Amino acid sequence: MSLIEVKNLKRTFEDGVKTYALKDTSFVIEKGEFVAIMGPSGSGKSTLMHILGLLDRASGGKFIFNGKDVSKLDDNELASLRNEEIGFVFQSFNLLQRTTVLDNVILPLIYSDNKINAKKRAEEVLESVGLSHRLDHYTNQISGGEKQRVAIARALVNKASVIFADEPTGNLDSKSGAQIMKILQRLNDDGNTIILVTHETYTAECAKRILKMKDGELVSDEKVVNRRKVNVEDVIK
Amino acid sequence: MFKTLIQSVKIATTSLLSNKIQSFLTMLGIVIGVASVIVIMSIGSGVQSLILSEIKNLGTNLIAVIPGHGDDEDPFASMGGFAVTTLTYDDAVALRNKQDVPNVIAVAAYSRGFGTAEWKSETYSTSLTGTTASHIDVMGGELKEGRFFNSEEENRFSRVAVLGNDVRDELFGQSDSVGQKIKVNDYTFDVIGVMEERGVVIMEDYDDQIFIPIKTAQRMMGVNYVGFIRIKVNSEEDIPQTEEDVKAILRERHNINDRSGGKDDFMVKNTAEALDMITEITDSLRYFLAIMAAMSLVVGGIGIMNIMFISVTERTREVGLRKALGAKNFHVLGQFLVEAIFVTLIGGIIGIIFGVAISFFITIGAHLLGYEWDFIISLGSVVLALVVSSGVGLFFGFYPAFKASKLNPIKALRYE
Ligand SMILES: Nc1ncnc2c1ncn2[C@@H]1O[C@H](COP(=O)(O)OP(=O)(O)OP(=O)(O)O)[C@@H](O)[C@H]1O
Ligand SMILES: [Mg+2]
Repeated sequence: MSLIEVKNLKRTFEDGVKTYALKDTSFVIEKGEFVAIMGPSGSGKSTLMHILGLLDRASGGKFIFNGKDVSKLDDNELASLRNEEIGFVFQSFNLLQRTTVLDNVILPLIYSDNKINAKKRAEEVLESVGLSHRLDHYTNQISGGEKQRVAIARALVNKASVIFADEPTGNLDSKSGAQIMKILQRLNDDGNTIILVTHETYTAECAKRILKMKDGELVSDEKVVNRRKVNVEDVIK
Repeated sequence: MFKTLIQSVKIATTSLLSNKIQSFLTMLGIVIGVASVIVIMSIGSGVQSLILSEIKNLGTNLIAVIPGHGDDEDPFASMGGFAVTTLTYDDAVALRNKQDVPNVIAVAAYSRGFGTAEWKSETYSTSLTGTTASHIDVMGGELKEGRFFNSEEENRFSRVAVLGNDVRDELFGQSDSVGQKIKVNDYTFDVIGVMEERGVVIMEDYDDQIFIPIKTAQRMMGVNYVGFIRIKVNSEEDIPQTEEDVKAILRERHNINDRSGGKDDFMVKNTAEALDMITEITDSLRYFLAIMAAMSLVVGGIGIMNIMFISVTERTREVGLRKALGAKNFHVLGQFLVEAIFVTLIGGIIGIIFGVAISFFITIGAHLLGYEWDFIISLGSVVLALVVSSGVGLFFGFYPAFKASKLNPIKALRYE
């Protein structure tokens, strides 16, 4: 069973003018893949990612997520599925203000039925992104790179099936960006599925497969031949 | 669920603390509303207990006979504004008859008006109470100097006066009063006694009166009827029987054949009834005022709604994020409702503290002024204040919270 299976997926926006943000897109993504979605601004990358991330609904076509036909689920079922199966990393971090790093990472667990020790689990994932020393810091007391690592920890805390990252390095300097990519690669090596939106070829080449979009359509779907292994020291130079 | 509640309270606290001034102003509406309810309820109970204890001090073994016809449904029916002239001095005398009214202890008749008293260059206007020598037997009261008039003086139309303490002070100051002659409405009276200070008893100031024999008063005012009659009986248990005896005698004397009471030209009331009536009146007054005060909570509620809209707008992205991370609509709804209730509940608690404190100072003030004022905070009014204030939070917080819960996660995340 594939993780994601889309067929003739469409998304149109209708406020005044009709925008075809996504036209007849079809592809399959398996568990354990690391996919980069590329394309110029306005090509529909975010639109696609929102639908795949169950934040938005398609206007037409079929979307099977983990064997479930998503169009048949109501809003609360989608919310549960997001909570259990999906992790998000946003370009602008989207951490809660006036809240500690630890509480930010615990957040998804508050909405989950999982009877696990939330604090312990959050500390574990924060350790895996190298932030054990920042647990009780407030989000305005840490750097951009650290914020994005908190976001990754938050995406991991519920053992999601897939992590969506929309321009995760967009707001970061190259060193911090490289650190993020390194973490994402390591997570993928550990078996996590990662879907990344970027317009930087350098970042896209860290993935294993690149989907290219233009004007709401998928224009190419290729394996990365020379996959880039991120080396943080390289970037610093 | 419990986890979400704790989290919601935590979120609410942070958000309230980050908008300290708005939160404070919003809460102020609730605080004032709740405090007013508490204070009004407490003052109401205080006044009520004051009146009731005065009546009880007089004794619950009193019966009053007032002229005119009234029905129990409408206690004010006889207060039509005209003087009812059906009771006489002889009625009062007849009621003293132990044969006819076995449980009677004393009967006093009253005929009241206003008088201007003069002594040397001093003048003072006050109430003039014409009464029988039995007044003290019925209503109690001590003499500070001299004596009260006796029935002989009463029957001889003597011009003797007993002064209330304030009247004495006003007219005589430091001088001796007993034995002096004063003028009341241009008639000369001998001052024979001064009453001990007694204060206000059931809205009647006993210190600000001049007592004179009833027949003298009737002659001065040119009337032949009495205003009302008071009867003291052995004990409270004897009241129903005595009332029947009184009615029978008065009907006979007034030639009323209808035993049902439908044609009576007098009314018989007892202290227990007065107690009930006063309780009823003060209760309704109290609740009316409390409801008026509670209206201010509605205004406070609109403030809550306002700050909740601000809070929702400020945290649109947060709502989007929470939804993206798996919060369902009811989680978001709950979070904002808890916040609204939290504000009003804290406002309510502060309001209760203020209300109780103010009521307490009022009690102290009343005691300093010499009133037997009880400090009463009923649990009911505290619970009411808490329930109403959190209800206000729930009601006025619901719409903003509902709007937040319906936010589209993507739009919310993109909100600038
Ligand atoms: N809510 C919306 N209402 C109307 N049009 C929309 C909406 N969201 C997206 N669009 C339109 O859909 C198209 C695709 O937008 P999308 O955000 O997916 O682009 P993108 O590839 O992510 O671009 P970028 O690289 O700038 O983030 C654009 O033309 C955009 O204007
Ligand atoms: Mg985009």
